[in-house]
Formats: sequence, C-alpha cells, structure tokens
Amino acid sequence: MSQQQVVVDRELWVETGSAEALAGYALVGPALFLILVLFILPAGAVLAIAATDWHLGAKTLSFIGTANFTSLLADRAFRAALFNTAAYVLMVVPSTLVLGLSLALLIESGKSLRAFYRAIHFLPFMTSLAAMAIVWEALLHPTIGLVNQVLAAVGLPTANWLRSETTVLPILAVIGTWQSLGLALVLFLAGLKAIPQELYDAAEIDGADGLLDRLQTVTLPSLAPVSLFVVIVVMLRAFATFDIVQILTKGGPDDASVMLLYALYRESFEYLRTGYGAAIAVIFLVIVIALAAIQTRVVNTRTSRS
Amino acid sequence: MTPRTKILSGLVRHVILLTTGSLVLVPFIWMVSLSLKPPAELFSSNFTLLPEHWFAVENYTKALTAAPLPRYMLNGVIVCAAILLLQIIVCAPAAYALAKIRFAGREIIFGFVLIGLLIPHQVLALPLFILCYWLGILNTYAALIFPFVVSPFGIFLFRQFFMSIPDDIVHAARLDGLSELSIVWRIMLPMSLPAVIAFSIVSVVGHWNDLFWPLLVVHSQEFMPPSLGIVTFANAETGNDYGPLMAGATLVVAPLVIAFFAAQRWFIEGLTAGSVK
Repeated sequence: MSQQQVVVDRELWVETGSAEALAGYALVGPALFLILVLFILPAGAVLAIAATDWHLGAKTLSFIGTANFTSLLADRAFRAALFNTAAYVLMVVPSTLVLGLSLALLIESGKSLRAFYRAIHFLPFMTSLAAMAIVWEALLHPTIGLVNQVLAAVGLPTANWLRSETTVLPILAVIGTWQSLGLALVLFLAGLKAIPQELYDAAEIDGADGLLDRLQTVTLPSLAPVSLFVVIVVMLRAFATFDIVQILTKGGPDDASVMLLYALYRESFEYLRTGYGAAIAVIFLVIVIALAAIQTRVVNTRTSRS
Repeated sequence: MTPRTKILSGLVRHVILLTTGSLVLVPFIWMVSLSLKPPAELFSSNFTLLPEHWFAVENYTKALTAAPLPRYMLNGVIVCAAILLLQIIVCAPAAYALAKIRFAGREIIFGFVLIGLLIPHQVLALPLFILCYWLGILNTYAALIFPFVVSPFGIFLFRQFFMSIPDDIVHAARLDGLSELSIVWRIMLPMSLPAVIAFSIVSVVGHWNDLFWPLLVVHSQEFMPPSLGIVTFANAETGNDYGPLMAGATLVVAPLVIAFFAAQRWFIEGLTAGSVK
C-alpha cells in the first residue's frame, strides 16, 4: 500500500515537473484563464448578485440574503412568467415529440427522397429565428396575414393571434414546435438506424409481420430511451425561449406571454433591478442543471444497456 | 406486401411528407413571395404566390439602402469569423493538452470545461455585461466577440477527436522535432477535420442567429450583427410596408440557407451534435 503510494507520488512529481507537463500547462493555460473569467467567475457573481438589492449603475448595495427569491415568488409578473414557460413547454415538447417521431417513421419507411425530406423539415432549426419571427408576424397579421386570409376563405373564425390573451401562448408554441421539429426528427432518424435488423427478424418469426405489429413490438420500445433524450433536449430549448417573445409580443398582452428569459432580460436590463434579475437567472440555472442531470442519467442507462 | 400495396403506401408516404414539408416551408415561401410584391398587392384578398406586378428590384433596393443591411451582413461576417478563429486558436491547444498530455490537475481543468458546457449563456449575461462595461468595450465589436472566445463545447469536441488519434503519431512527431504547438496545428487539427467543420458550423450559425447578447451590448447600427439589425429595421419600419422588410429578412437568412443546401449532411450532423452536447 505504502509502496504504491510512493510510486504514485513520484509519478505525479515527474508529471508536474517534466517538460511535457509544462507544455500541457502552457497549452491549456489561455483556455483555462478564459473559462474562469468568462464562465466560472460570472456564474459565482450571479449567485452573489442574487443575494443583494443592487440596481444596475447604483454605487451602493446591501446584502439581503434570500429576499429576492421570496419576493419573486410573490411577484405576479414572475409567477406569470413561470406559469407561461411551463405551459409553453408542455405544449411544445409533446407536439415536437409526436410530430418528430411520426415524420421520422414516415421518412424511414421508404427509400426515395430521404435526404430531401430530412433537409426541408430541418431548415427552420438553422435559420435566424429573429428574421423568421418577423415573417411570422406578417403571416399572423390580423387583416393581411396569410393565416387569417386562409381561415376566412374556408369559413373558420379568425383572430388577432398575438394580441389576444387566449391565443398568444399557443401560437408561440406553434412557432417553437416549427423550429424544434427538425432537431427531434434528426435524433429519431438516428435512433431508428440504431435498431438492429435482428430484432425485426425475430419479431417476424414470432408472427409480428404487420406494419403496426412491428411498430408496437420492436420500433417504439427500442426508441424509448431516444424519446426521453429528445424530450429533455427539446425541453431545454423551450425553457430558453427568448427571441420570439422579445420580437412578437414583449410579454404581452398583459404578461400573457412573458417567459423566464424575457423576465430575466426585462428585470435586469430594462427595469435595472439587477439583484432581482440575477435571482431569476439562478432559478433558470437550477432548472437547466436539473434537466442536464436527468439527461446524463438517461445517456448512462442507454450506453450501459447497449 | 403485394406490389400494388407497396406502390400505394409509397405514394401515401410522399403525399404526407410533401404536405408537411410544404407547411414547414410556408414562412420561407411567404417571406420570398412578399419580398417580390408591391405594397398594393399585399392588401389584396386573393393571395397569389407570384406578384402581378414585379416589385423585387424596388424592395431589395430599399432593403439595401434604407437600412444599413450590407453593414449588418458585414458585421455578421466580421464577428462570426473573429469568434470562430479565436475559438479554434484557444480551444485546440487546450483540447490537445487535455487529450494527450499528462499533468497534475488535468481532471479538475476538464471539470471546469464541463461546468462551462452546462451553463446557458443567458445566465451569465449580467456579469458579462458588467465585465464589458469595466473593460470599456460596450457597443464595439469587442463586446460581441470577447465573451465567446473560449468555447467549452469546442474544447470538449476537439478533445474527443484528439483522443481517438493514436499516441504513436504524437510520439513520432515529437521525435521529428515538432513542438507541441505545431503538433496541434499540423497534425491534430488536420486529422480532425470533421470536428473542425462541425464546430465551425455550430459556431457560425449560432452567432449569426444570436439576438440576446447583441441586443444587450450593441446599440449603434454600425456594429449590429444581422439578427439584431433586421429586428431594428422591423421596428423602424412603420405601417405595413412588408416588401422591403421581407427582402431584408430574405437577405439575412439566405447565406446560411444556401450553405445548408450545399453541405446538408454536415449542417445536420454538426448542429445536432451542438444542441445535444
């Protein structure tokens, strides 16, 4: 035991002292410095600021402990942000999941034009959401927008989608789904490719040779881990929704579409209530870390199973 | 399946996918369509894809002259290129050290990389904004570039690729007298070209499209990147003169869309990896 200890120590000494190790420190140094300055210290600073009553630009501040968090929970606007974000996530995630899976199955069921279909469904995921939000605003325009024109042409009721409290959040969820769909689709396509052919062969021998039988006995159970993964990835993106709120609604009407990141932006940079905004950032960070922890567990169980 | 049902199910597949595909593309088609139309036709109730009177030249000219759109695009190129270049210069050597060199504290440093990977950038916006204020770089290119010069995702991705390169190659290069830094540039990076391409796509697409950070740190039009620029243009446009605005949106979106169709597989694989981490 002690001999082993000596060997380890000597190895460590050689490592830290050798020219190779010095080169290692030199190569990693700049990146390490920048990660500390741009990630680790700011993260610590957010936690610290969240415990103060600081206003951006103010010369003084005082430590107020968890007061920001308790007043956040009592704040009508913040509770709206929390509620709206949850509602938005609950609309975007299932619809993205179901549509992404159905489209992946459909694309995979034939051989022709696979890459083409994948590409056109993926397109919204990589284009500037800021630019496309402006296009959505034109589409949803109450009088000259395409959406209302089509609805009126087929005799359905029209609406002022972005200015009505009942429609604003669902319509943002439609845009969110439109944007994330391609990501879910591609992840499911990869998941489908990973299902071994033997499973289908075995199912066929067992008499499951119909399309629905195969789907039920092989495809869907095999995709369960991927689906959980897609849920978390899409959820993380949905929680971080900002562009469409900022451009299309500014949280309105009457805070009906205010979401977490928009609340963070508004408190920190428009109302300049910096401590309060930092507290929102901390809550956002906690949500993200919780989801990432689940994601890591999902990935681990998936790799240990295969 | 009989041949007939096979043909039928193939047909159904195409019909459904063409329908959903067209629905997904509606905003793009509508954007281009409006960018070609004169104001009078925007209000007509019978919607057509192509204009009766072509107004493309007028709309695109106005988009390029009324708003500093070429400036926004140039800013986008400058900012994205500077960020990508600095990210590779900073991240590749670090990734090499973490993958191939043994030194005390390596695991702790990699732990910092993983923490950085986990934290969403919006959480850090406030302290980074204050940092940029202290440095006196608010409302400059530097403010748009500096917070992104190190990418934990870049280090993570490069490290993964570098680890798959055999140690023997590194040893051979050292025997040939190559310095550690030239091993990074002349051996590691060229051998990890897929990672470099994937990372470049994630970085450029992310920063060309980013709105949140530019909105905080830049208020002069001369520094605005494309996404913030087009939003500013939209706010400045009064009334419903959508033609020039849609022309502007088309121009902002076009470079990446064209690149996407030219290198589809790279984009899809790269961006998927980038969003999953």
